[in-house]
Amino acid sequence: MAKKKERTYEKDVIGDGIHSIRKVIEPPKEPSNHRMKYALIGMSALFLILMLVLPLIVVISNALRDGWNTYVGAILDEYTIKALKLTVAATLCAVVVNTIFGIFASYLLSKFYFRGRQLLATLIDIPFSISPVIAGLLFILTFGNVGWMGEFLKSNGIKIVFAVPGVILATIFVTLPFVFRELFPVMNSQGKDEEEAAALMGAGGFTIFRKITFPHIKWALMYGVILCTARAMGEFGAVSVISGHLRGKTITLPLHVEILYNEFHTTAAFAVSSLLVILAVLILIARNIVEWKRK
Amino acid sequence: MYVEMRHVNKTFDGFHASRDVSFAIKKGHMAALLGPSGSGKTTILRMIAGLDQPDSGDILIDEVRVNDLRASKRGIGFVFQNYALFRYMTVADNIAFGLEVQKKSKAEIKARVEELLELISMKELGKRYPHQLSGGQRQRVAFARALAPRPQILLLDEPFAAIDAKVRQELRTWLKEMIGRVGITSIFVTHDQEEAMEIADRIILINQGKVEQIGTPAEICSCPETEFAADFIDARRFEALMSMK
Ligand SMILES: Nc1ncnc2c1ncn2[C@@H]1O[C@H](COP(=O)(O)OP(=O)(O)OP(=O)(O)O)[C@@H](O)[C@H]1O
Ligand SMILES: [Mg+2]
Repeated sequence: MAKKKERTYEKDVIGDGIHSIRKVIEPPKEPSNHRMKYALIGMSALFLILMLVLPLIVVISNALRDGWNTYVGAILDEYTIKALKLTVAATLCAVVVNTIFGIFASYLLSKFYFRGRQLLATLIDIPFSISPVIAGLLFILTFGNVGWMGEFLKSNGIKIVFAVPGVILATIFVTLPFVFRELFPVMNSQGKDEEEAAALMGAGGFTIFRKITFPHIKWALMYGVILCTARAMGEFGAVSVISGHLRGKTITLPLHVEILYNEFHTTAAFAVSSLLVILAVLILIARNIVEWKRK
Repeated sequence: MYVEMRHVNKTFDGFHASRDVSFAIKKGHMAALLGPSGSGKTTILRMIAGLDQPDSGDILIDEVRVNDLRASKRGIGFVFQNYALFRYMTVADNIAFGLEVQKKSKAEIKARVEELLELISMKELGKRYPHQLSGGQRQRVAFARALAPRPQILLLDEPFAAIDAKVRQELRTWLKEMIGRVGITSIFVTHDQEEAMEIADRIILINQGKVEQIGTPAEICSCPETEFAADFIDARRFEALMSMK
C-alpha cells in the first residue's frame, strides 16, 4: 500500500488531469464559510436530483408499469434484439477504430514537431464542436445518391447512406476525439526522453511502445475507451439522419426508443430505454474502477 | 583521436544552435563541454549520440564517419539531463533494459546488473522504482544504465544539475573515480566552471553555438584566448580551487 501512495505523489508532480482536480478539492486549512458551502452543496444536489435521478426513476418505473412480463416481452422483441445487435456492432467498430486512431494521433502530436501540428489537433476536435445532425447530413451529402461520391459508390455497388455502413461511419465520426483527448495530455506530459533513452540502447519502435509508452498511458486509454463506448452507444442525431429508419435494418437502440415512443408504445419505449440505462450504469461502474486504479 | 567533430553546423528553424563546431577528444579522456545556458551544449551531445542530425559537417568515432549510423549502433551511453529513467521499471530492470534489447542471455544480464548495482553501491535497491529514490541515487542508476551495454563512449548531460549543492561535491568525486575505474572515453556537459575544472582532462568552452577555446583547465585559466573566455572563466576561483587541492 505504501508503494501505491508514493506513486500518487509522483503522478502529482507530472500533474495529470485527475490529480489536478483532486488538488483543487483538497479542503482549505483556514475556516471557511460554512453556510455558503452547504448552500452550494444543496443546490448541486437538487440540480442532480432534478436532472439525473428523477428521470432515471421515471424510466425504470414506467418500464415496469405493466408488469415484469410486458417488460421482458418488450426487451425480447425481435426488433429490440436487432437494434441491440446493431448498437453493439456500431459501438465496437467505433471503439476499435477510434482507439487505434487515438493512439496514433496522440503519439504523432505529442512526440513529433511539424508544421500544421496545431491545425491537426483542431481538426480532430471537429466532431465535438459540430452538431451530430449536421454531421449526419454531411455524410448524406458526401456518400448519398445525389452526393459528391454518390455516382462512384453506386457504380461499385457500395451502399453507405440508409444502410449499416452509414450508421457505423456516423458513430465513428461522432466519437472520434474521445480516446485522443484522454491520451494526448498524458503522452505529452511524458516527454520524449525515456523513449529516446530506449531508442539509443537499440530498442525498436514496438518495444518502446510496449515497455515505455504503454505503461504510462494505459489507464488514460481505458478511460478514453469507456467514454467512447458510452457516447457511441447513445448516439442519436447523426445516426438518425443517416439511418433512414429502416426497421430491423438500420435502427439502433436510441432510434428504436424514439420509434416506439412515437407509435405510442410508451411502456415498450421505456423498457428499451432501461436497457440503455443499464448499459450506462455498467459503463459508469467501469469508469469508476478505472479512475480508482489510475490513482 | 577518438571522438571528433569537424565543422558541424546545426540550425533549428533558422536559429544557429551550432556554428562550425570542431574538436577532438582522445581515447580514455574526460572532456567537459562548458558554456552558459542555451549555448548549444546539449545540441552537440545529441548530435554525437545520433539523436539529432547535423545540417553539415562530420562526426567521427574512432576515425569512422558516423553521421549516417543509427544512434543505437554508435556504442554510446547517454545520461540525460533529467536522467530519463524508465519510471515503470525497477532499478534492476532499468539497468537490464539495454542488455535485454541486445538479447543477451538471462544469466549474463543478471550478472551484469548485479555487478553494476555493486558498482553504484545500490545492491539492496534493485527492486525499487525510480520515484522511490533520491536525486543522487537516480543519477547513479542513470549512470549504471548507460554503462550496462558496455558502450565505448559515455555522454553525460549536466549530470549534477538536479542535485543539491551538498551532495553534488560528493557525487562529482564519485563519478570521476567511477569513470576512471571503467576507463571509458566520456564527455560531460556543464555550465559550472568549477565542476569542469575539477573533473575534466579537457575543457571545450562553448558560447552561442561556437567553440571559444579548447584546452586543459590550467590552459584555459592562465591564457584565455577570447574575450568571452576571459570573461566567463573566473581565474581567482580557479586558483582557490587549485590551492585547495
Ligand atoms: N528542438 C529544438 N528546437 C528549437 N530550438 C532548439 C531545440 N533544441 C535546442 N534549441 C535551441 O538551441 C539553443 C541551444 O540549446 P541547447 O539545449 O543545446 O543549450 P544548452 O547549452 O544545453 O543549454 P542548457 O545549459 O540550458 O541546457 C537554445 O537557444 C535552444 O533554444
Ligand atoms: Mg542542455
